[in-house]
Amino acid sequence: MNAVAAIRPDSATGRTELAVEGLRCAGCISKIERGLLDIPGVHAARVNFTAKRLVVEHAAPVDAPALVDALERLGFTAHGMVDAPAGAQDRESKRLARALAVAAFAAMNVMLLSVSVWSGAEDATRTLFHWVSALIALPAVVYSGRPFYESAWRALRHGRTNMDVPITIGVALTCAMSLYETATGGAHAYFDGAIMLLAFLLGGRLLDTVMRERAQDGVTALLRRLPEAATILAQDGTARQVPLAQLRAGMRVLVAAGERFAIDGTVETGASDADCSLVTGESAPEAIAAGSKVLAGTVNLTSPVTVLASAAADDTAIAEIARLMQSASQAKSRYVRLADRASRLYAPAVHMLAFVSLAGWLIAGAGWHQALSIAVAVLIITCPCALGLAVPVAHVVAAGALMRRGVLVRDGAALEKLASIDRVLLDKTGTVTCGKLAPVAGLPTGGRERGILLALAQATRHPMAQAIARALEAEGVAAEPVTELRELVGKGIEGRIDGVRAALGRPDWVGGVLAAQPAMLTAFRLGSGPASAIVFDDALRRDASSAIDRIRALGLDAQFVSGDSWTVVEPLARRLRLFARARMSPADKFETVARLEDGGHRVLMVGDGVNDGPALKRASVAMAPSVASDVGRQAADLVFFGDLLMPVPQAIAAARRTMQVVRQNFALAILYNLLAVPLAIGGMVTPLVAALAMSGSSVLVVANSLRLRSAAR
Amino acid sequence: MNIVAVLIPMALLLGLLGLGAFFWASSSGQFEDLDGAALRILIEDEPESKP
Repeated sequence: MNAVAAIRPDSATGRTELAVEGLRCAGCISKIERGLLDIPGVHAARVNFTAKRLVVEHAAPVDAPALVDALERLGFTAHGMVDAPAGAQDRESKRLARALAVAAFAAMNVMLLSVSVWSGAEDATRTLFHWVSALIALPAVVYSGRPFYESAWRALRHGRTNMDVPITIGVALTCAMSLYETATGGAHAYFDGAIMLLAFLLGGRLLDTVMRERAQDGVTALLRRLPEAATILAQDGTARQVPLAQLRAGMRVLVAAGERFAIDGTVETGASDADCSLVTGESAPEAIAAGSKVLAGTVNLTSPVTVLASAAADDTAIAEIARLMQSASQAKSRYVRLADRASRLYAPAVHMLAFVSLAGWLIAGAGWHQALSIAVAVLIITCPCALGLAVPVAHVVAAGALMRRGVLVRDGAALEKLASIDRVLLDKTGTVTCGKLAPVAGLPTGGRERGILLALAQATRHPMAQAIARALEAEGVAAEPVTELRELVGKGIEGRIDGVRAALGRPDWVGGVLAAQPAMLTAFRLGSGPASAIVFDDALRRDASSAIDRIRALGLDAQFVSGDSWTVVEPLARRLRLFARARMSPADKFETVARLEDGGHRVLMVGDGVNDGPALKRASVAMAPSVASDVGRQAADLVFFGDLLMPVPQAIAAARRTMQVVRQNFALAILYNLLAVPLAIGGMVTPLVAALAMSGSSVLVVANSLRLRSAAR
Repeated sequence: MNIVAVLIPMALLLGLLGLGAFFWASSSGQFEDLDGAALRILIEDEPESKP
């Protein structure tokens, strides 16, 4: 939310990258590419369909907003891209893919030679083959292993160890030992083992990176254009535009209907309705009149008002949310991934074991050469080949399964964290509900009345009226010819048909007998007939209650945290049988999460709005619907698509199964070590045994992970 | 046995050729837009300006 739009301009001939929505087919590609070429100054346009991006090369006068406008005319919505480290990420997977290609090439060729050695090549032939193997393997080991060496070096420099340290040491020692064997015409060279190890590990690492990058493409940080300026009224009554940064408390700001408030303040003149959902999460519009407080980021709906600014720029409530989010990401201790935790134990154990076997054989009277070969064999046999695949393969397969179910997983750590949660906090608006008002009762039944109601509802932009219009239009009602339509701010809309007054609006203004009613309601009355009260509700997601039942069945404690008023939250909480808290400010939500986390719980926060941002950041793991605000999606570890809530329990269940499989994979890898290590210490491991054990355990782990293909159910 | 003197270099050469092709493809952006390429075949060429 603090990122500045850095749209990469390159001086004279510009190059602009845009994210385009709504790309569906070949037609879209050609429409955009040809359409943009018609604009003077555009040299070339190229759509990347996979990434949903567009690269335009153009002369200097053409700029990003002009291109966005042009795309708008072509029927596509485009955004400038936040200059995320996308370039660096691309290089990462590309680098790994190249390293893997080299390692795989070398491994296959060395294996070809090794098989002949194992089949009984002897003396000069064997030495020749070993030399050729060395020639192929050594450059490949140097080139392909760089990601590991670099990471190991980084860790060692900071006085830590990670999985890459034993890998690096193992590969280096193996190569040195094999080279010595080759030079002295020995029988055992492990070039095949070293290079195959690198190839397997690079495979795992590549999968991990590709998964992260794909998720990042899906949640591309799109910049929503925020109001950059506001109209202020000077003392003499003249109006002028002032950029956002220059707004100060005490200024009088004129906010037109449909505009976003740029400041916190008090309404001076005018009456209107405000949509506060961005900041408070409340779905029903709030009536505002002289003296009411308004918040920056909320939208003025029905009529213009002047506001006396009480806080601007960095002091507004919305800026406060941004600060909370920042402190939240600092407070959250960095999650240590399972593989890294395993390696903390693993690396010292392996090195110890190799050292002990070296010492043991020396004491037992073996020569240096024999003892060293055995120690190296121990190192290579324990190298975490299957371990390196155990986690990433399981993650990638599970993420793929979830993707097909409409859940996007940011990275593997998200699945690990999701599997360990014990509390679920749900936001209401936009998360459990669809975030849109819908009339649930009280619509008139007569055809003519419905037509009149539609005519009235269509004439105003009040959200309740628009909800009525949507509902009636969906039923195919045709509007009646209502005349003399007149909107009374803060009251409602009225008109005449056949000389009779028809009114839609506040119950007390519309008149007629009405019983005491809940908050979200509006009234419709034709002539002097009885008024009908139209009740609204923010429609629940279709499967909300079964999804919450399933969350409960998973043994998790679910709660509501809503910014809405208690009257709105209560019936919903009752229906879903949930414990609920209402009227929560963003800071309250943040506090709730922080208290639970500090109390040793692991919280899954599901929310969408800016007001959930800090809580999403603070929670162990966060999920957001794809329609969430940019802030929500940025803060979330998982994003789910569609109108259903079921993806939330599905993702939890899938994450648990994934971790189960990961643990099985670890167990398999350890079992393999338990069998192979004694052989290695006993000096019975030949290069053939090492190669078989390594590929065998890797295949086993991959096959086990593939069972997760149906994990998302 | 002398045949290996021919076969090994040949095997290596062919493998290197494939590796080189992959490096070329990866650096010239062949893997940038995998889905787009499948669709572009469907785009009709702009009719050439008539003589």
